[in-house]
Amino acid sequence: MRTISAAISGMGWVTPLGADLETVWTRARAGARPEPSVLTPPASGTPHSYLAVPPKLVDHLGRHPRLRRSSAISYYAVAAGLLALEDARVTLDVASAARTALVFAISDGAVIYTRKFYEQIVRQGANTASPLLFPETVYNAPGSHLAAMLGIDGASYTLVGDQSVGLAALAFAAQLLHLGEVDRVVVVGAEECDWILCEAYDTWRLARRPLAEGAAAVLLAREGGVRVETTLGEPFFRRREAGAALGRELGRLGGAAAADLVVASANGTFIDATEAAVLALLAPAAPVWRVKDSLGEAPGASALWQVIAAALAVRRGEARNALVPVLGFNQQAAGATLTPPSA
Amino acid sequence: MQQPELPIAQRGVVAEKLRMFASTRRPARRVVVTALGVVSPLGHGAVETTSGLQSGADCVAPVPPERFDVRACRAKTAGQVQPRAGGDPRVHAASALMIEAVRELIAADGEFRPELMVIGTTSGGMSFGERFFRAVNAGQRPRQRAVWLANYMPQKALLDAQLAAGFSCPTQIIANACASGTNALGHAFQLIRAGLADAVLAGGYDVISELVFVGFDSLQASTSELIRPFDRQRTGLVLGEGAALFALEEREAAQRRGATILAELSGYGISTDNHHLTQPHPSGIGPRLAMQRALADAGREPGDVSYINAHGTATMFNDATEGAAIAEIFGDGVPVSSTKSMMGHALGGAGAIEAAFSILALRHQFLPPNIHYSEPDPAWRLDIVANSARDARVECVVSNSFGFGGTNASLVLEKAA
Repeated sequence: MRTISAAISGMGWVTPLGADLETVWTRARAGARPEPSVLTPPASGTPHSYLAVPPKLVDHLGRHPRLRRSSAISYYAVAAGLLALEDARVTLDVASAARTALVFAISDGAVIYTRKFYEQIVRQGANTASPLLFPETVYNAPGSHLAAMLGIDGASYTLVGDQSVGLAALAFAAQLLHLGEVDRVVVVGAEECDWILCEAYDTWRLARRPLAEGAAAVLLAREGGVRVETTLGEPFFRRREAGAALGRELGRLGGAAAADLVVASANGTFIDATEAAVLALLAPAAPVWRVKDSLGEAPGASALWQVIAAALAVRRGEARNALVPVLGFNQQAAGATLTPPSA
Repeated sequence: MQQPELPIAQRGVVAEKLRMFASTRRPARRVVVTALGVVSPLGHGAVETTSGLQSGADCVAPVPPERFDVRACRAKTAGQVQPRAGGDPRVHAASALMIEAVRELIAADGEFRPELMVIGTTSGGMSFGERFFRAVNAGQRPRQRAVWLANYMPQKALLDAQLAAGFSCPTQIIANACASGTNALGHAFQLIRAGLADAVLAGGYDVISELVFVGFDSLQASTSELIRPFDRQRTGLVLGEGAALFALEEREAAQRRGATILAELSGYGISTDNHHLTQPHPSGIGPRLAMQRALADAGREPGDVSYINAHGTATMFNDATEGAAIAEIFGDGVPVSSTKSMMGHALGGAGAIEAAFSILALRHQFLPPNIHYSEPDPAWRLDIVANSARDARVECVVSNSFGFGGTNASLVLEKAA
């Protein structure tokens, strides 16, 4: 089974353009671009642009005891997760939380605390490294905070990978629904920025657009809401193989050829030409929305940002078959289609 | 150590959750292991590993300075894989372990073709990330920087293993801290049993790194002494490393193609303890739910279990809660050991490596020992497999993994029929 389906009953996002679903969607669709912020590595002094989340979007969460020591990524994730539940008009109690799972997508993780912790080791010595920082560097720390705040005490998974990890998480969540032990899954992807991350992607020549921070969340159920069919992904081992992998993945989706909107993963890197060539063959007539031109590239969150942008287009009646191609930097290609509940 | 009881109100919630869990169990296909590959401080491959387990080898050793500097740490030791000669220095040790494990697996079952790869890890190629930081911090721009980044990410070891094995399939990488490997096996098992997949390559890996080593040291979770799981005098964990991979397949399909069946994977339980990011709820509710769910999932009673491969990190908190949970479910009638006493804690790889140890126990009918054990903890009565392996009739094993973030997972593995 290389594709799997479910329904999106709620959505939430925290982006450099804001956190209101409709406002961000409308602004991004109109091509708005947030003002970049700057991070500067102390050694090189070379500034890096990035797209920051306005602090006011998550300030209210700072009073929660579970988040008092956490890194920014946890704030973004929790805010997006709560917004998705609110959008679905779902309030979890003990019984419903027991039938709810959490699947968290992460790429670079809590990179701010990770860098700070290792910096302490390198500059001051291992015996000075703070025990308050280390637990928050573990990949599943943000997911753990969200699970605790939602009262989820059953299945909670954090998945790690490249930009395709958002769709991997969506597929994983759909698998959990098909297994039958839960009725809904909160799927979250998140990213935070630090100068070491900017330096890394720049070194890797993969920062042609500013990196971004933020989070995306969807509430997945078996029925109701926008239908989503997603592939499980196909790895590629060299960049020249990425186009073929993406083509096969999109070909596995029943409705890819009939897409009336493509929300692309283009981000100013090798992905743009590869993706464009595949789309020219598979969905030549569909308009292509490069949503990352507005939201930036936030590897752990961006595939789910694409999914939300497409799902909102379907929910608003502006598309009936939205296609989401996703090419990661160095892991796998994947794709999803979003269609109305009745389709 | 006296443990607080779970409030009565919460006991009702637990009972209700178990009832709901049991009600959703479905009659299902059976899932078997047709091949495995394992690399750990105990040995390269199943043969060396079995020998190490049976002899109760102590594979913990000082961390050499060429790996990283531990002079400023309280802990100085780790369970370390002895590298094979001729390794490619450009390939991260994580990839080397995964390649070695997958080669052992396909040498045993060359016909296995997975449609999905589900792997647990916590830190990928972290040491290459450390090198990158050190270079940036020093204002250096060595040519290898891009290679370090490409090999730092957790997915790289999976792709390297697929290339080495000559197949390609989708990847799901679970990073649920120290339960990751068990979660990976559990999820793969559930997919096959439910008919969502027929053949899955599952497992886990992790390699010690300076950041993680210092992290546990900063928390004072690691010890400067011997690792003594379940001992009253336990003082903390020792880190380890390794990888294990499993060919999981629907039983009838495996039988049709004449595959050797090493063991059956029959149950999986998962729970999330929301008490604290790094400390389990003192009642032991997290481990208890995971084990009870795994037993219910397998249709087994506590009395059916021949051996428990415990998480057993030798930290005060883990062993107190796990020991209490085991004693409550199983009493003192089931032998228990923590194989971490021999090789340390391989974090995201631990669950997979310990599942391999459990299968070797089922295959060779012995109980791996819990070494360095001298004084029982009076908080509970457990039948610890103390210091030496035991010959035993082993039919059914529970393997536990618990981690930061309150993640708890248990597997039930059974002797091949």
